[in-house]
Order: sequence, then C-alpha cells, then structure tokens
Amino acid sequence: MERSVIIAGFGGQGVMLIGKTLGYAASHASKEATFYPAYGAEMRGGTANCTVVISDESIGSPLKDEISTLIAMNEPSFRRFSSAVVPGGEILINSSLFDTVPVVEGVKVYAVPVNDMAAELGNIQMANNVMLGAYIGVTGVLEPEEVEAIIRKNFASKPAVAEKNIVAFRAGMDAVK
Amino acid sequence: MEKVYSKPSMLPDFSNGWCPGCGHSITHKLLAQGMEKYKMSGESILVVPVGCGTLSTCTGWFDCNSVATAHGRAAATATAIKRCCPDSLVVAYQGDGDLASIGMAETIHAANRGTPITVIFVNNNIYGMTGGQMAPTTLIGQKATTAVYGRNLQEHGAPIRMAELIAGLDAPVYVARVSLHDAKHVMQAGKAIEKALDCQVKGLGYSFIEILSPCPTNAKLAPVDAMKHIADEVVKVYPLGVMKNLVD
Amino acid sequence: MSKEFLKGNEALAEAAVRAGCRFFAGYPITPQNEVPEYLSWRLPEVGGVFIQGESEVASIYMVYGAASTGRRSMTSSSGPGISLKTEGITYLAAAQLPAVIVDMQRGGPAIGQVTASQQDYLFVTRGAGPGGIRCFTFAPSTVQELVDHAYRAFDVADEYRAPVFILADAVIGNMMENVELPPMRELSELPDHDDWKLTKRGEDGKARIVQTYNPVLEDAGKANQVLADKYQEWEDKLQEWEEYMLDDAEYVIVAYGTTGRIAKSAVNKLRSEGIKAGLLRPVVVYPFPKKAFEKLDYSKVKFIVDAEMSIPAQLLEDVKLSVGNAAPIYTALSSGGVLIKESTIINTVKENM
Repeated sequence: MERSVIIAGFGGQGVMLIGKTLGYAASHASKEATFYPAYGAEMRGGTANCTVVISDESIGSPLKDEISTLIAMNEPSFRRFSSAVVPGGEILINSSLFDTVPVVEGVKVYAVPVNDMAAELGNIQMANNVMLGAYIGVTGVLEPEEVEAIIRKNFASKPAVAEKNIVAFRAGMDAVK
Repeated sequence: MEKVYSKPSMLPDFSNGWCPGCGHSITHKLLAQGMEKYKMSGESILVVPVGCGTLSTCTGWFDCNSVATAHGRAAATATAIKRCCPDSLVVAYQGDGDLASIGMAETIHAANRGTPITVIFVNNNIYGMTGGQMAPTTLIGQKATTAVYGRNLQEHGAPIRMAELIAGLDAPVYVARVSLHDAKHVMQAGKAIEKALDCQVKGLGYSFIEILSPCPTNAKLAPVDAMKHIADEVVKVYPLGVMKNLVD
Repeated sequence: MSKEFLKGNEALAEAAVRAGCRFFAGYPITPQNEVPEYLSWRLPEVGGVFIQGESEVASIYMVYGAASTGRRSMTSSSGPGISLKTEGITYLAAAQLPAVIVDMQRGGPAIGQVTASQQDYLFVTRGAGPGGIRCFTFAPSTVQELVDHAYRAFDVADEYRAPVFILADAVIGNMMENVELPPMRELSELPDHDDWKLTKRGEDGKARIVQTYNPVLEDAGKANQVLADKYQEWEDKLQEWEEYMLDDAEYVIVAYGTTGRIAKSAVNKLRSEGIKAGLLRPVVVYPFPKKAFEKLDYSKVKFIVDAEMSIPAQLLEDVKLSVGNAAPIYTALSSGGVLIKESTIINTVKENM
C-alpha cells in the first residue's frame, strides 16, 4: 500500500513542516517514506510545496504523476495540483482562504477552515497542525499517536506550545469525522 | 680560521637551473636562511605553484617538504595546510602572474581570512616561465611578448601594487616590499622575510613580503643592468618599505 | 541500529564525518548547500576543519592541500561548480592524493536547472579534467546508498590514493528518507599515510614533495602508466551493479541513481502486467559494470532500455559499448530538471514490444 500527498500553500503556512512531520511519523512507525520539497527559484516566489510518499515497501519515485491526496492551503495551490489527484482520492482545502468549496469529479473534497479554527484555538500559526489532523482523520495512513509524538518533538523546547498544537491536531481530526 | 658564512643547509649541493642573474636564486637563499632560523614544532611546508619558482621543489633544490600546486592557487592550498597543521611553518612562494593575475582571488581571500601563513611574492614584472608575456605588474611602457609596443595605461591599466592592496585589508599583520637590486637591499629583504616568518612562528597572523626581483632574460638586459633597472625604474612604481606592521 | 529520517545532503555530510573526514572546503551551489552548511558546524565539533572557499577553484586546491597532510578530505558541488574544480581534480589524481568529490547533479548545460538531472555522466565518468585521468565514481540511488557510498568512498580513495566521485543528483540530495547511519570511525583505525604525507619527512630523511610535474620525460610516462594500471585494476576488480529480476528478463532497463530506483518500480508495474522486465543498475559508473552485460542471456533479452535524466543521452554510450550488437537499445529520457517518470520508462518498453 503506497500513499502520496502533495502539501502546497504560501510560504509561512507551515507546508514543509506538515510534510516533514508526516515523514518523521511514518519513519517512526517503521514504514518507508520520502519527503521531497520543491526548492530553488520556485521557493523564492512565496509558494511552497512538498510531496510525501508513505509505503509498506521501498519507494521508487519521490514525486508522483498521480497523487492520492492534495492538501491545498490556499486557492492557487488547489488550481495547480487538483488535477493530479487520482479518482477516488481526496483533496483537503483550507476553506478559510477559499470563497467557495470547489467540486472535483471523482474526488472527495474536505473543506476545513484551518485558519479560523487555529485562530479560535489561540494562534493562527497552528493552522498547519489542524490540517495535519484533518489529513490523518481522512486517510488513517498513520495512527494519531504516532503523529502526536512527532508534534511534541517539533516543539521539544516548548512543551506548553506542543500541547496547544496537539489540541489543534485533534481539532482537525474531529472536523472531518 | 673562523667560518663566518656558509650556504644554508636547506639548499642542497647542486647548481640550480635558473637563468643567469635570476632573482629566484637570491630569494631562495634568503628564504632558506629564514626557514632554518624560524621553525615550528611540525615539519615546515613550502607551497609552490606553477612558475619559475616551481622548479626548485620539483627538482629538489630546496630541502623542505613541499607541495606543488596549480598556477595561482598557492594561497588556498597553504591556507588548508596551515589549518590542518597549525604547528607547521607554512610558506607560499609565488610569482607575479601567479599571485596577482590568475590567483588574485586566492591571494586576497587568504590574506583577508588571515590564516597565519607567510606569502613570499617574487615580483619581476613579467611572465618568466612562459616567455615574457605582460603581467599585471608590468611597468607602463615596458615591452612584453603580448604587448609588443609596451604596456599602455588606456588599454592595459596600471601596474598593480600588491603589497599596498594586501596592506589595505584588516587581517594581515606584516606587509612589506623589498628589493634585490643591491647588497644592502638584499640584506633588508632577508630581514623582512625573517620578520614575516617570525610573525607566523609567534602565531601573530598572516604576513606578506613582496620582493622586486630581476628577470634579465625577459627584460633582455644583462644581469647587472637588470638590477640597475630595478633601482632606477621599478622602485619608482613600486615604493619600498613596510606597508603594514601590527606586530611592533 | 535504528533508522532516522534524514535529508540526503545532511545524511551524506554526517556519513562523511563518521567515515573519518576531517576537512571540507566548498562553495555554495544549489542543490547541495546543506552539505557545507552541516559540515560548517559539525566538523569543528570533531576537531575537523571547514573552510568556505572563495570559489570552487580555491576549494578544490584547499582539498589538495589538506589531502597532502594525510587528512580525509572532501568537497561537494554540482555540475557548474565541478567543472571549475576539474584542474584541481587532475592535480589530486596526478599527485595520487586521496579525496572525495561529491557531484549533486543539476540540470545543464551551463546554469541549467537546480532540480533533477543526470547531465554530468560523461563529464564525470570520463575523468572530469584534462590529461586523461579517471575517477572512481559511485552512483547512489537512495539516501541510504548515498550514506553507504560516502562511507566507502574514503576507503577507496585511501586504498588507491585517488580522487573518488560520488555522482548523485538533486533528488537524492534534497529528499528525506529512512537511513541507517554507520558507526563513527576512530581516526586511529584509519590508514596513517606515514609513507607519503607532508607532515613527515621521508624514511631516508629526505624532504617529501607532493607534485604532478616530472622534469624527466621518461619518468612522466612511467607516472602515467601507474595511473593507467590503477584504472585497469578498478576495471578488473571493482565493477559493481545491482540486478533486479534479470534471470528471465526479456526487456532489460539500464538506469543508475535516481532513475535506477524509479526504473525498479517500473519493473514491478510491468511484471504485475505479466511483462518480463528486469533492471540492471550500475552502482559504480566508473569503472562501468561491463561484466554485468556479459552475463546477460541475449537469447532471452529482446531489447535494452537506457533510462536516464539526460538529453542527449549519455549513459547510452557505455550501454552501447557493453551491449554491442547483441540487442537493440531504446531510450527513455527526461531533461530540463524534470524528474523522469515511471510511465516514460513503462511506455518505452510497451511501445517497442
């Protein structure tokens, strides 16, 4: 079983951190995983995206023509990558930054207002972990505890911040139940 | 009878292959005298790039562990050796095409980093080994095989004064220009080299000695006339003296 | 040993330190910047030396100097930077100094693209410099292999007193993947190089000279023969490749590096459709694994597919030299910094069946 996800958005939305957290968690869960960031001149333009592949077997390409899931933290990212999602796949959008919820044939779109939810929980910067929770809630690719352990590691020097982000993560999971 | 003078033991007993009247042989003697006097706990290491000066290492004219590096790159190679072996006396021995033209970047950045090496810069105003082409140090009006009517300011720019350039950086601690054109100046050159080596031995910093040196073959002058040319013309463009001294 | 999830460039740098590398000089160039960034703080931690060179040229001559003192030394760059280092690489080869050179390939020619590419194949495998030298060249296809090759590269360099390349690419350098790091080597276990390093005088008390110039022409010819013999020994002893599902393969894909791993999943997909594909992956690209091609059963092999991220194809030249007229050869290529697609390889097989 191999799952691929593109996570895309503006620079500063924590797009890379979502991807790396997924990669670390998959690795800790003894799965094969690759994290591949877009970088270079593309990165300077203010947009960011990365691809994460998680599998039970060794992974060929770290980039995929067809992806299982798209996480679109803004509308331009949705427009750019939505056609890469396979039929039966899913797209998670940060609906705080979308005027309307788009419809994609054969693909289930989950609208999660992660900016608003994070702001309500106290800090808009936690929007990435709300989205990460939603992704785990939708796909079940990893156990929530496996991801939470990595979130705690990400904020190892600030345990209070870590716990707030865990709350954000769980709020994301709940939002897609 | 009391022995009052002997050849430095770092110069083995065979004749070198430089042209008659070449300044490298004098410079080698001065450097050998200095390196015999100023040693550190590790093996001394000489770094010599491509140029007439290379001949000494390749053929064993200088009894010192040596590395022959590429044209222009001695300062980079010497920097790395010194950083790996801080207890070794590390000396780069370079010519003007090498140090001031193709190796300008390495020269300036090594000096600017200030790794405590000693750079001996033999400035004879010409490319010697390759046959008399114009160097960045060639005088205005001086003929060269690539400037047959002589160097001119409009086309070629002015001669580069390396000692002043190096002295303008923050890190170097001792920078001087000396000449080989008569016995008195040879003595002064020897003292400057020793001072530069002393700076390294004491761990004070980077030192740089520019030596105005004759190339009679390419200047198409008799050896004595080549010395006179330095005294009469070259020193006007390249003033002698200590350009920087942060150690005294 | 537990696995860690590491970025290729950083895993490579840590593996080099654990292999005993104690000197690095390099100049910033994408896609390998994490290598110098990591080593800038890591090397001083273990008593090593890191210098950010003022140029690629200065950096390779710093490696030349450090290597002459007997330290395990490394530099890293990408195509445009490696090209500037080439004269220095020939100095290392001619002076018989060990060093490791990493080429995280990017697109080319010239500035090219900073992303996926294998456009330096001929440049590096043909010696990366004037004068007829060759460099032993590893070609990793995963972050784990990058780490393993970094660890081994220093041993090969020491054993043969020669510059050794790691020809990786932007994808391996920038992706994160599971990796098991090798143990830290004690410097006391490494070769001491007492017989040639510049920090000692010769056994006979004579001064040591590290040089590449022989004033006597006959000696220069002999020195070149020493290098030629070394390269021949590599060809005889050190060819290395991976075979995957080759036993009954009718369609043999040849690919190295990142393309190699993608070709492997292409083989899996083709096999799942009942198509007898197999992979021959050069793990070392110089010396090229000609022996692997001699082993192929050409009564079964219908054709060869050369897959690589280079247009024009480059690996193809070695494949042609090894296959001769034994089977037709087709190509599956990408270029321009675009990662080769599994589907490109699969389609090339299907279209020519």
